[in-house]
Amino acid sequence: MSEVPVALPVLRKLQRFEHEGGMLSWVASVDHKQIGILYLVTSLIFFLAGGVEALLMRTQLIVPENRFLNPSLYNQIFTMHGTTMIFLVVVPVLLGLMVYLIPLMIGARDFAFPRLNAFAYWMYALGGLLLYFSFFAHDAPAAGWFAYTPLSEKPYSNLQGMDYWALSLLVVGTGTIATGLNVIATIASMRIKGMSLRHLPLFAWMSLINSFLIVGAMPALNAALVMLLVDRQLQGNFFKPAAGGSPIFWQHVFWNFGHPEVYIMVLPAFGIISEVIPVFSRKVIYGYAVVAGSTVAIALLSFGVWAHHMFAVGLGHFLDLVFAASSMLIAVPTGVKIFNWIATMWGGAIRFTTSMWFAVAFLVMFTIGGLSGVMFAVVPIDWQLTDTYFVVAHMHYVLFGGTAFAVFAGIYYWFPKFSGRMLSERMGKWHFWLTFIGFNLTFMVQHSLGMLGMPRRVFTYPNIHTWKVLNFVSTIGAYILGVSVVVFLWNVIASARQGRTAGDDPWDAWTLEWATSSPPPVHNFDYVPPVRSARPLWDLKHPEDTDWERARKRQRNGR
Amino acid sequence: MAGEFVHQKSRVLILTFIFSESIFFAFLITAFVLYHGRSAGGPDARNTLDPIRTGIYSLILWASSVTVWLSERAMRHLSITRSKRWLEVTILLGGIFLVGQGIEYHGLFAKGMSVETDLFATTFFTTTGFHALHVFIGLIVLLIVRGLTVAGFGQEEYQREGFIAASYYWHFVDAVWVAVFFIFYIWGTR
Ligand SMILES: [Cu+2]
Repeated sequence: MSEVPVALPVLRKLQRFEHEGGMLSWVASVDHKQIGILYLVTSLIFFLAGGVEALLMRTQLIVPENRFLNPSLYNQIFTMHGTTMIFLVVVPVLLGLMVYLIPLMIGARDFAFPRLNAFAYWMYALGGLLLYFSFFAHDAPAAGWFAYTPLSEKPYSNLQGMDYWALSLLVVGTGTIATGLNVIATIASMRIKGMSLRHLPLFAWMSLINSFLIVGAMPALNAALVMLLVDRQLQGNFFKPAAGGSPIFWQHVFWNFGHPEVYIMVLPAFGIISEVIPVFSRKVIYGYAVVAGSTVAIALLSFGVWAHHMFAVGLGHFLDLVFAASSMLIAVPTGVKIFNWIATMWGGAIRFTTSMWFAVAFLVMFTIGGLSGVMFAVVPIDWQLTDTYFVVAHMHYVLFGGTAFAVFAGIYYWFPKFSGRMLSERMGKWHFWLTFIGFNLTFMVQHSLGMLGMPRRVFTYPNIHTWKVLNFVSTIGAYILGVSVVVFLWNVIASARQGRTAGDDPWDAWTLEWATSSPPPVHNFDYVPPVRSARPLWDLKHPEDTDWERARKRQRNGR
Repeated sequence: MAGEFVHQKSRVLILTFIFSESIFFAFLITAFVLYHGRSAGGPDARNTLDPIRTGIYSLILWASSVTVWLSERAMRHLSITRSKRWLEVTILLGGIFLVGQGIEYHGLFAKGMSVETDLFATTFFTTTGFHALHVFIGLIVLLIVRGLTVAGFGQEEYQREGFIAASYYWHFVDAVWVAVFFIFYIWGTR
């Protein structure tokens, strides 16, 4: 396509940066691998920011009636912690893995729309800066990550924090949608010959379904944010009771986004686990079609459960029952997958690498988080426990014990591909055990705190013996988690410099990303092996016992 | 490449984008429906909107869907000149619609109405405003295509695919207006 003449010199300069390498190439790049790394590094930086916020909160709560943080600052910090971890860490770190890995997994040179890919990343980075700029613009948002109206309206949040919050999420969300669209277009149009949907690696499958969730759920958030901004900036009336507007409407629109968002934060994690567990168990995934199909079921159901976040509103008996039932139903396809993974490990020759430790811990932690989630589907239990520390415990078991553990499993698994070097297994084991112990110390006791009635989002608490002890334990756990992150950072930095050389395929794995060098060349592949099953590299290494021949034999015997 | 849509990647992209944008508009329109009748005493759809005059502008916008289709079809048949003419007509029709929208807003402002007046005003200006923004962006896209035809745009298949994607977006903008017109101007004023 011929370029618009005015833009030509600028474009030429950018293209030169891109080809000459060096620091400036990171700004100009449209290569999915570089953009993927940018996503991962940026989300790591925001993870550190969100982690510091968490430690500040836990330090405030280490003893009762503490005066370390004042109430207003505490509100800002928990709002920033939640918003950061969800929008700037968990979602983008998964997007980063998707952006880096999908073209490699499907044997493509790049995304279908590489410039859109770069655009999406920069929207994310600038949106994140916009959120953090609120600290310098006098105050950060303080109405919680779901910003319930009317608390988030002008009369109750009259400084600019909420406006930064809404604008930032609009910008970040637009980038997320762009990546979702790009993933769908890429998997639809860029797969190599033989890479049918029945041969697609499960990580790519999960990413594809995840992208449909993004594309379907983010616009609800955008609509909510736009309406909030109209109320705040143009004195609109959407959520103002005095003018007849309904604050409950905000909750409906927000959770129409918010619940699918939970799965947006967890489906790619399922994908990581579905790659890691088979490779380290030396077995084919048990029930490939079931894993993919049950995820489609989750995606569809996830749009029909939003009001389980609103049982305390008083929607009426009938609606409560409907949403309780749908919420329990969605646990079924999720639970099915746990059995798929366990069955994959069953009888396998398991190699306990750090990656595998994290994957196995994921199974246990995520199951605990899933079970406490099913508890919340029981309406009276929700009424009893909503807005207590039990919710905090539940959602951290899903997002940290679940997604974060899976992401660590993925990082240890794919780091050799990203960098050409292995992460240290010795440091990795330290990292794993510190994370595992720190995490469970921090959050297991919060189940009890919640059942003992301690409300969340309060900056301090009275001197009750049990609360005092449990909060102290929780804070110590958080410090251990802090140390574990330092160990992880050290491992990443040290191993990137002088880790053991990885080679193309250090894990003896089966998907296409391991068929090229580590790190892959700009064009990704010199040669892509033929794809005739979901494990093309297995077929390549074992010509006497290929998956596709076995499948064909089975079919013939069946007839 | 075995991807089924290798030649239609722009279409896959724009159709999923349209799906996403439809959900965005669905929520804005839901707000209007939900709050309908809650603006007692103040301006509401019945005492402010003129379905006849806006209906005429609506027909003009919907006609532009036909012309953009004619333009896109001409480009697919490589009659670039004819494609250019129909594209210009489309841009003109879209422009007239936006002017009509501006006249309507001007009239409402003159009556002292603004976003803050009441729930009807808030939902009306937000929804039609965002629709107008989408029409405006669509016009920019069509103008870019028109500009590029000077430099020979339309000779390559991927360029024609790009234009087809742009025309889908334009149809979408018109389809949203079908929903907005019938819900705000017909159902709202009945
Ligand atoms: Cu939910």
